[in-house]
Amino acid sequence: MSCLLRTRALSLQIADTQVCNDMQLCIEPGQSWALLGRNGIGKTTLLHHLAGLRANAGGQVFLGANDISGLQPRERARQVAVLLQHSNRGFGASVLETVLSGRHPHLERLAWEDSDDLAIAEGCIAACGLATLSSRSLDTLSGGELRRVEIARLLTQQCPLALLDEPLNHLDFGHQAAMLRLLGEHCVSAGRAMLMVIHDLNAAYRACNHWLILSGAGRWHAGPRDALADPALLTAAFGHPVQRIETDDGPLFQPHL
Amino acid sequence: MPRQRRILLLFSLLLACVSIVWALTIGSADIPPGEVLRHLTGDDGSIHDRIIDELRLPRVLSAFAVGGLLALAGALMQVLLRNPLGDPYILGVSGGAASAVLAAMLLGLPLVWHTPMAVGGALFSTLLVFGLTRSGDDWRSDRLLLTGVVIAAGWAALISFVLSVSPVEQLPGMLFWLMGDLGDATRPAVPLVILAIALPLTLLRARDLNIAVQGLLQAAALGVDTSRLRLEIYFVGALLTAAAVTVAGTVGFVGLIVPHLIRRLGGTDHRLLLPAAVLVGGSLLVLADSAARTLISPMQLPVGVLTALLGIPVFLFLLHARGKA
Repeated sequence: MSCLLRTRALSLQIADTQVCNDMQLCIEPGQSWALLGRNGIGKTTLLHHLAGLRANAGGQVFLGANDISGLQPRERARQVAVLLQHSNRGFGASVLETVLSGRHPHLERLAWEDSDDLAIAEGCIAACGLATLSSRSLDTLSGGELRRVEIARLLTQQCPLALLDEPLNHLDFGHQAAMLRLLGEHCVSAGRAMLMVIHDLNAAYRACNHWLILSGAGRWHAGPRDALADPALLTAAFGHPVQRIETDDGPLFQPHL
Repeated sequence: MPRQRRILLLFSLLLACVSIVWALTIGSADIPPGEVLRHLTGDDGSIHDRIIDELRLPRVLSAFAVGGLLALAGALMQVLLRNPLGDPYILGVSGGAASAVLAAMLLGLPLVWHTPMAVGGALFSTLLVFGLTRSGDDWRSDRLLLTGVVIAAGWAALISFVLSVSPVEQLPGMLFWLMGDLGDATRPAVPLVILAIALPLTLLRARDLNIAVQGLLQAAALGVDTSRLRLEIYFVGALLTAAAVTVAGTVGFVGLIVPHLIRRLGGTDHRLLLPAAVLVGGSLLVLADSAARTLISPMQLPVGVLTALLGIPVFLFLLHARGKA
């Protein structure tokens, strides 16, 4: 199987923190990855490197057959969609305008969005439960609504690979479940894959079939979820005890509180 | 283009035409609009014809060009700094130009030196702020903003110094220049040409600007070449400001309030915002300058006083309305 995204000997460092050493990663179509690890361990930095938003790393990131650092930004943005961790309200553009900007990499420089682009954006807005807010300014939205606008924009980009930095931020549990289901439907299929930074182990277990755990000092573990969903490994990686409880609906992870 | 935006753009165009024609009718001799239009299209050598062609038209077109340049520069700076307080002068471009021109006045250099001095001062300040911001590896907008504001404060101190050591008889000329004045603006061709080149150039980037407002990292994620875009906005914005300041001194508030006004009217998309801001900014300065030269005629006011007096209540209204919404 060919990789949608592959890293070769990727080594990253921020300030004094070694994020990962000699990382070999292959994200194949149909896979959904959870990127797990303690606060400040470098998950966001790694995600930005995988997305081609930062340069100067040791090693290489390939998108299909191409080194990501050699791609034109527009070409890259047609292949990788990124949901950033922090939301931004801009200068009060409307929900529809913002979601439509997901079509930007697909449009020629002077082109206006056509009815197809509009239909895609409106479909994603409806899928995220925002149909009644379409003409509202971003200034007037709640944190959770704004997060769903950004998810709708990411879906509108229609990329083979989606990289998401804490997509569930600000969402209530009902919307968390709905967005995870939606992301699974849109971003994981015969030609598509996703990777998300996530802190909820139970959501990570249910939404993702592969895990990538950063455990500090450049160490990392990557592989099918069931091989890594081990309480001893998680306890060591997070430096905090976590229990795995088997139930009829699969395992539940209970950090010690 | 959606219908509401087309209406806004048509309205701006209409406002520009009406304000220019109206400005040509008023002054020491009132010339009715019909006659103005006849003089614009034909040449009959009458005194009214000469008033229109040689006095009013150059000044009105200069006012329009300066207003358009400032509004366009303001819209760009607000995106660059991602700050609603973005203004063409915030990075010290005007302070550099003003310091240079006032120094030229103090040294008694002839009038022809004022334009090159203004251009030189503006460019020097632009490069100074740029160099200081770029010395780090990152190019953060808050750092750019702080650097610009501090440099502008430095220029303001220098200007106060020049004013305090200048002979009394030179002060009115200096103050007019500092407040923005179109009394000497008789050659509109250069600023109009710069505006006519800059607007289409920035329109090529309009969709990129829409996305840059959402944050530069987000823009990069959507495929915008952000480092080049930032450079382009910075230098085009500085050049537009330098052109405006060279013609009319530091006319305040047009660059700050016009882009906000258009946004309030539904023009958050830069494909609409940029041309509408040019048209409305131009119109606003044409109207303000007409008032400046007729309100207490035969005395003339510096137009910057009127844009500030008009601008402050409008801006406060916008701020208040935004708070309620």
